[in-house]
Amino acid sequence: MALEELYRDVILDHYRNPRHRQPLEAPDRRAEGVNPLCGDEVTVELKMEGDRVVDVAVHGQGCSISQSSGSMMSEAIKGKTRAEIEAIAAKFHSMMTAEDETAAGLDPSRPGAVLGDLEALQGVRRYPVRIKCAALPWTTLEEALGPAG
Amino acid sequence: MPLLDTTAIRADFPVFEDRGLHFLDSAASSQKPRQVIEAMADFAAHGYANVNRGAYRLSVSATERYEAVRDKVAAFLGAGSSDEIVFVRGATTGINLLAHGWGSLRLRPDDRIIVTEMEHHANLVPWQMLARRTGARLEFIPLGEDHRLDLSGLDRLIDEDTKIVAVTGMSNVLGTIPPLDVILAAAREVGAFSIVDGAQLVPHQPVDVSTLGADALVFSAHKMCGPTGIGVLWARPERLEELEPIEYGGDMISTVTRYTATWAPIPQRFEAGTPPIIEAIGLGAAIDYVEKIGRQAIADHDTELTRYALDALGDVPELRIHGPVDTESRGGVISFTMADIHPHDLATILDQHGVAVRAGHHCAKPLLEILEVPATARASFYLYNTTEDIDALVEALRDAGEIFGVI
Repeated sequence: MALEELYRDVILDHYRNPRHRQPLEAPDRRAEGVNPLCGDEVTVELKMEGDRVVDVAVHGQGCSISQSSGSMMSEAIKGKTRAEIEAIAAKFHSMMTAEDETAAGLDPSRPGAVLGDLEALQGVRRYPVRIKCAALPWTTLEEALGPAG
Repeated sequence: MPLLDTTAIRADFPVFEDRGLHFLDSAASSQKPRQVIEAMADFAAHGYANVNRGAYRLSVSATERYEAVRDKVAAFLGAGSSDEIVFVRGATTGINLLAHGWGSLRLRPDDRIIVTEMEHHANLVPWQMLARRTGARLEFIPLGEDHRLDLSGLDRLIDEDTKIVAVTGMSNVLGTIPPLDVILAAAREVGAFSIVDGAQLVPHQPVDVSTLGADALVFSAHKMCGPTGIGVLWARPERLEELEPIEYGGDMISTVTRYTATWAPIPQRFEAGTPPIIEAIGLGAAIDYVEKIGRQAIADHDTELTRYALDALGDVPELRIHGPVDTESRGGVISFTMADIHPHDLATILDQHGVAVRAGHHCAKPLLEILEVPATARASFYLYNTTEDIDALVEALRDAGEIFGVI
């Protein structure tokens, strides 16, 4: 329960004080995502240097899960290469769909050790309809990055 | 008005063995009492065979029991005859049958189809598609400021060109019960086919088709303590005569040659294929259950809980109710939002308190556009709900307000 509360506080912190919310002046990549079921909206903007995301903005409106997920994502991907980002996204995806923490590749004894704040979203697994909310910034990011080339 | 004896009623519903469950989502689908579950299980175990044409005793008795449910539904609705009762998969299927089997053949360009601004998608999208197929125009009876229908323009809306008037018996979002008598009378005056979507109304209020004034009524068993997969279309005999089958196959034919077929009598001609037999037995048991408690008593119970909930919710800071805030012409469905907390966040926190509510657009997106919210949370009541359920809702809402820092 204490852990759940910790997770809740992390989610609410990102929801109330989203990181990297300020739109970029001249983004190299940009994509908008919507979840038509609940009206969640997320815009992802990227500044690239070669294969590396050197700056990022995530803004939108919607529930605490979609918006905090976007904020956490922005922290997790800034400064990373496409390959690194794809690895994080894969870990995030398996966390959201796994049976339990161990299956998700997380370390139950050390919360946050693998995916940082993003691990706070793992409780969403219990609410399948809301996994889409958590995933929205990630699918939007994928679209912004476009196919590898 | 007295509340029902919910202690006894809840003992009939195995799901409430979970004492921590505050189930406030009956408008989506109701829970099932032991009586319904056991009737279906017993029939499946000992009474089951396919219906119609059976030359052996088990099939004959299964057919008799299946048809006895048709009689029971006819009595339940006040229909003149069991032949006016068509078993369908649910209210949605019933409306689609009318749109295809009547509307597609009879509507012409510039004919009018009238619905209200508070329809469920089930009583909206079939008419949109009918309008597209035929060139007819779809028009809306508007919602007023008070979350009730604004009938001031009804004379202009329902005119000689109006061929279909399809209206909900009770809004699944607002709880509003429209003045059906006025709308149906206007439809009758111009000879339009009038249809009541009874999905929310029939499980909660006495409905008698002999005085309702509609040409057709649909409802689903699963919102009325019965199983999924079966519902009812009632229609006046002359309207059923005008209706063409839209599904063809076994059970709905009279004679078949290599290239031609003739139809079975009404209502069998609308029931192609093996029907939901076990579900029909469940529907019969559900009617028995609801009738034993009494539909007026259920309606009164809903009203009392709604009154209690409107009071209690009115004291929750930052809470906004989307719907009439009194119990006049209103059922036990309350939609709400709290400050800028997303309804999905609300529903998740409520779930952590054991309070089950629905959040989203409730299959009524055009209505939510009028309300200017992308989604609402919705609590709905039925015969097993108690004031304790509402107290739990209110406490959970206060917790949500504190977590999100809005109260």
